[in-house]
Amino acid sequence: MPVDLDLPVLKPADFASDQDVRWCPGCGDYSILAQMKKVMPTLGVPREKIVFISGIGCSSRFPYYMNTYGMHTIHGRAPAVATGLKTVQPDLMVWVITGDGDGLSIGGNHLMHCIRRNMDLNIVLFNNRIYGLTKGQYSPTSPLGKRTKSTPMGAIDNPLHPLSIAIGAEATFVARSIDTNIKHLGYTLQRAAEHKGTSFIEVYQNCNVFNDGAWDYAKDRDTKADTTLTLEHGKPLVFGKEGEKGIRLNGLEPEVVELGNGVTTDDLLFHDEKSPEPSLAYLLSRMRFEDGFPEPIGVFRAVDAPRYDQQVNDQIDQATKDQGPGDLNALYSSGETWTVE
Amino acid sequence: MSTAVEKPVEELAEATVRFCGDSGDGMQLAGTQFTTTSALVGNDVATFPDFPAEIRAPRGTKAGVSGFQVHFSSQEIYTPGDTVDALVAMNPAAFATNLDDLRDGGILVVNESAFDKKGLDLAGYEGNPIEDVALHQLEQKYKVYKVDMTKMTRDAVKEFGLGVKEADRCRNFFAMGLVFWIYGRPLDPTLRFIETKFGKRPDVANANTAALKAGYNYGETVEAFDTQFLVPKAELAPGTYRSIMGNTALSWGLMTAAKLSEKRLFLGAYPITPASDILHELCKHKNHDIVTFQAEDEIAAMTATIGASFAGAMSVTASSGPGIALKGEAFGLAVIMELPMIVINVQRGGPSTGLPTKTEQSDLYQAMYGRNGECPMPVIAACSPGDCFDVAQEAWRLAVKYMTPVMLMTDGYIANGSEPWKIPDYSTLPKIPITHPGSPTGDDKFQPYTRDEQLARPWALPGTPGLEHRLGGLEKQDGSGNVSYDPMNHQHMIDTRAKKVDDIAEDIPPQEVDGPEEGDLLVVSWGGTYGSCLSATRLARKHGKSVAHAHIRHIHPLPKNLGELLGRYKKVMVPELNSGQLNTILRDKFLVDTIGFNKMQGKPFSVGELVEKISEVTG
Repeated sequence: MPVDLDLPVLKPADFASDQDVRWCPGCGDYSILAQMKKVMPTLGVPREKIVFISGIGCSSRFPYYMNTYGMHTIHGRAPAVATGLKTVQPDLMVWVITGDGDGLSIGGNHLMHCIRRNMDLNIVLFNNRIYGLTKGQYSPTSPLGKRTKSTPMGAIDNPLHPLSIAIGAEATFVARSIDTNIKHLGYTLQRAAEHKGTSFIEVYQNCNVFNDGAWDYAKDRDTKADTTLTLEHGKPLVFGKEGEKGIRLNGLEPEVVELGNGVTTDDLLFHDEKSPEPSLAYLLSRMRFEDGFPEPIGVFRAVDAPRYDQQVNDQIDQATKDQGPGDLNALYSSGETWTVE
Repeated sequence: MSTAVEKPVEELAEATVRFCGDSGDGMQLAGTQFTTTSALVGNDVATFPDFPAEIRAPRGTKAGVSGFQVHFSSQEIYTPGDTVDALVAMNPAAFATNLDDLRDGGILVVNESAFDKKGLDLAGYEGNPIEDVALHQLEQKYKVYKVDMTKMTRDAVKEFGLGVKEADRCRNFFAMGLVFWIYGRPLDPTLRFIETKFGKRPDVANANTAALKAGYNYGETVEAFDTQFLVPKAELAPGTYRSIMGNTALSWGLMTAAKLSEKRLFLGAYPITPASDILHELCKHKNHDIVTFQAEDEIAAMTATIGASFAGAMSVTASSGPGIALKGEAFGLAVIMELPMIVINVQRGGPSTGLPTKTEQSDLYQAMYGRNGECPMPVIAACSPGDCFDVAQEAWRLAVKYMTPVMLMTDGYIANGSEPWKIPDYSTLPKIPITHPGSPTGDDKFQPYTRDEQLARPWALPGTPGLEHRLGGLEKQDGSGNVSYDPMNHQHMIDTRAKKVDDIAEDIPPQEVDGPEEGDLLVVSWGGTYGSCLSATRLARKHGKSVAHAHIRHIHPLPKNLGELLGRYKKVMVPELNSGQLNTILRDKFLVDTIGFNKMQGKPFSVGELVEKISEVTG
């Protein structure tokens, strides 16, 4: 997206619509909305060139609260709606706002295909591991054994891990952030906006009504240094309050090691978000707190690849160059014709 | 071409030929070539391709029989013909499944070489139906020509060094050549076709040419063929014509509507028989600024269409019944967002996967009512292959003027059938004006749900400064477009959306009839049954019946004068390839005691069965 230096200077408040925000008090969505409004003026993209598209769910009310163009659509289909929009008007900046239920359950198919096409749009998946809008059923990311209204004896379907899915679909930009880690969240949104191609961000988001505390381990001041790991391109995977721990590769398996006693940062895995091979990014996406690993936040992967929306239009340009602009009279008369006097 | 024997030529007003064989035998190609040639010599033509849904049914079985029927005439015709004057059967299975349609005294050409033990077994014959007593019985009823096509084709192509399999593949050209001789058709168009199609394989091109000529010369030389038939030119309106298939005409109509409204054309589609050819056709013409999106599923095809409409494109999705069913939830979104787009349903036999390659009209209820909530969509239907071109433009005209998705109905019979089409001049076609609001000048906030005299809301495009707004599936407050749960607003919005669509009745031509303005019977039809109903009512009038025909293009809303018109006839009959869907709608709207005439066999109405029914009803 080219930056227009003559743009009026906008403030976050300029991106707020006149609608009352109606999420439950204390909902993590507020924080994501606030960061989005903060990031928007920094992008150098005029407001009228920005479109937010969502599906169904608490998160999907998002477009109503942004003073941009927007569409609140139907369950799970936002990536497909965005695809139609973006192919027709590739100069728009398109954001897809979705949740773990919307994006991974009913919309899993569209999410996968949108990512593999590498449409130039930004998908933000709010993951609270529960169905909030329909009041508390388990979601595709709920952990095994999770007791909810629809799983009174505990969930027995294996959870999906959004970033593993995205990387499996060859996503060119993959990141994770946390609703309360506002600086990190803002930075991640900004990175996503700058990426050309589909950017996929998972945000750990708290539903304080139906699944309060689902991400406490990653947010708690006392534990987060040990349970999360901030990814930085070109840096070793170090975590812990004092940076005393790291991730080392043992064959094809990651392992947590204490630094010292002969183990140095040089022995650790170094993060390369630009690696054309997605294997290490996938490996990072599989590190789970419950398995004794810190969960990475930050940009897992950011690589360049051809974009669908651009190629669609390139093909049209190429066809026009090769065949000349369409001539309907010539088309009507192509093939065998005959004349009746 | 040798002209050894001068044979008598008999002039016919019209004739119907059917090629049938195994689905690998090239029968569709034979039929298409015969159609093109007949059109080029100036006949009116109508075709009926009929093929199995199986990708490859076991060779030689009845399930794998593929047929192509061509009706050609010196007068205007509207159907591919009821019975067949000449039947070419390439194998016993085709013979078994098609013979009943050959009229008494008709010409039967059988590929004798395929009537061997294996072929007969596959078709379920114990004896050989073209030998001995059975042959005598056949010969009492038809003019039977047993032709060893396999051997003669192999002989004809011997010099080109093809393998046996490839040589045998030329048999359809031999059969074509023979039928071309019987009906005195020129070979040039097919020779040109061979050159274009097989130019890169000279051996194949030469072999097909040789087979075609061998078939022709066989007819000319062999004494058994004692008469050639000639169908003179039809008196069509002056102009330049081409032969066109329904799906092609529909695609070109969409492209034309896009240009007439100065829009990019966007097609979101998922492959489905018999709608896929629309996707195939539009993909070929990207230089007309067409975006085609083959989606991951029908729902994505439809929702991408909605996104493309929001972006300002002429936005279209094309599918068939099962696909339309999947799109249903998104129709509601399109309706409540009040965005213009076209939804094409090329109907096939249902329910579920039903009869994918066979025709039916049983998705009318789905088009009218197949959505949740109060969700009216205009419904219009094409009546013939060429008419698809016009209907596409009409659908887009209504969609943009009233800011609504429009349902456009065709069916497999129209989509795959072809007819002569008078080539229009683009510059004479009426423009489809569209206005998008520009940036506001004052400080007033943009109101996305303000309405014009058609009750249409403004089509504001992303990228326009100052018109930022949000659409969505939740009920909107009229004017502001804000989410609203206000009971009276919901009532108002439902009423408004319905009135907007109902008011289209003011904008469409009044219903016309073919035939007397009042009388004993009015036959009311819609969609692909047009030709049969028109032909049948005209024939019935020739027999002295007081029968008129009204063909409805706009089904929702119906033409304003229709109720009054129905009242001018003693009886109203509604023939449909469903169990009575338009019939119910007419009874519902007009409280008229209409008579349904219904058929669901995957086949169009024959003119004969309609004439018979008309006689029965009029007494």
